[in-house]
Amino acid sequence: MSVSLGALELPGPVLVAAGCGGTGRELEPYVDLATLGAFVTRSISLDPRSGAEAPRVVETPSGLLHAEPPSPGLEPFLASELPWLVRSGARVVVSITGRSLGEHTEIARRLGRAPGPVAVEVAVSGEPFHAASLVAAVVRDLPRGLPVLAKLRPDPLRVVETARGVLDAGAAAVVVGDAQAAALPDGRPAGLSGPAIRPVALRCVTEVCAALPDAAVIGGGGIATTADARSFLAAGARAIQVGTALLHDPTTAARIAAELDQETP
Amino acid sequence: MSLHVTGELLDSKRVGAYRHLTLVAPGVAERFRPGTFVALTLADSARLARRSYWIHQVRPVGGYGPALQLVVEPIGVAGTWLAGLPVGSKVGLTGPLGRPFALPKEPVSCLLVGEDVSAAPLFPLAERLRERGCAVTLLVAGRDEAHLLSALEARRSARAVTVVTADGSVGQKGRVADVVVETLARARAEVVYAAGPHETLHAVAAAAEDQGAWSQTAVEVTQPCATGLCHGCALPVVGEDGVSRTVRACTEGPVVRGDRVRWGALA
Repeated sequence: MSVSLGALELPGPVLVAAGCGGTGRELEPYVDLATLGAFVTRSISLDPRSGAEAPRVVETPSGLLHAEPPSPGLEPFLASELPWLVRSGARVVVSITGRSLGEHTEIARRLGRAPGPVAVEVAVSGEPFHAASLVAAVVRDLPRGLPVLAKLRPDPLRVVETARGVLDAGAAAVVVGDAQAAALPDGRPAGLSGPAIRPVALRCVTEVCAALPDAAVIGGGGIATTADARSFLAAGARAIQVGTALLHDPTTAARIAAELDQETP
Repeated sequence: MSLHVTGELLDSKRVGAYRHLTLVAPGVAERFRPGTFVALTLADSARLARRSYWIHQVRPVGGYGPALQLVVEPIGVAGTWLAGLPVGSKVGLTGPLGRPFALPKEPVSCLLVGEDVSAAPLFPLAERLRERGCAVTLLVAGRDEAHLLSALEARRSARAVTVVTADGSVGQKGRVADVVVETLARARAEVVYAAGPHETLHAVAAAAEDQGAWSQTAVEVTQPCATGLCHGCALPVVGEDGVSRTVRACTEGPVVRGDRVRWGALA
């Protein structure tokens, strides 16, 4: 069941979401990464980041709250994590993160020279205009035409406008959606992921697919079962991402991929 | 290689303040090494984080092959739920996980220090060390007799056993930190293994370093996924290169060299 996302062809509709597959090695005991649509890496910043202080990941009803994750930095990632992932046979989508436009474009320039990745994913959480500028800058600075996936926050009020903006700016596909903006119990900023946000993410996917019927949309947000995946695909998503569910059951992506595959005539 | 399976609770019995659970989990027990753990899935599907438990023993159970034994303190959401589970219940679990205790190549003298329920992984380690010809000294501590993991069965594997309780209800009255220096010197231990609260591990690691012994500490840190995927169980260490960094307790640990842990930075 191959999937076409703009310039990107994937062998299946199930992707591992950013930050939920470790470095890939930790997920491998539970799923053959080569059989999945793609593996989105944890978000890579230019320089190493130690991430937020403990507790960084906190349970909340039907969800997990997560403050800023650690990043190995681009060079260590290119030296060890990326080559391992490529060797595993996974289609590797590198998720990039930066504190400025300049940091994003610097990563894009260096990443574009590395062998292996099939696409780059960038989370755009700001105003629609800034989201589009960011995507345009990353697209411009990526050599060899690597497709860019823009990951959007599941905000039903702005998601269509943001999706239109990033697609006009050159994104090959939009990922709807990212974690919901939230706070840890101690007030520190965090993202909220998991089944708690699934209905909101599904609404966002539905609206984007209805408003932009030609757009390549990857759905995500709390998908934990094949029925969940089916609802996002029925809403118009061409592929789905599985994230938080892997932290609860590392076999989830393999199971959903196998069950979706069986249904395909 | 770790497996994700559905386990079945074969037995649950109260021992002191704890519950000893026996679980059959196909393939997991066979891969066990002392110091590894399992991550359990709570039945309440609204609770997404896993709960980690040391594998206390692996014992054959008639008709089932090797089964896992876990020690559960009936407190908190997971402990209360597990302690009340009826025999026959199904439990989703992943394991064995983590880096086990490293075993010495030579038959050297070893000191094993454990406190409260955290001492669970040391008992199978004592057996393994004895099989290798190591002289094993045990220092078992608890806040009181009910919270002391039974040193009785461990006596078979140990040359000497010291028991301390905070309230003096059994053994010497005191804490690990009060007796570890003397116990270590008396045992002439070259390797020290410790499992307990951070404060205890720190005291043991410091005593080992003072006396020129290697220490391996089993560090308990909350592990949201326990499989290395979420990077949510940061353990502050100093690397071989002398650089401070954090590693994941679930994959690079939970057993790490005591002299590598930045105990002051551990929340």
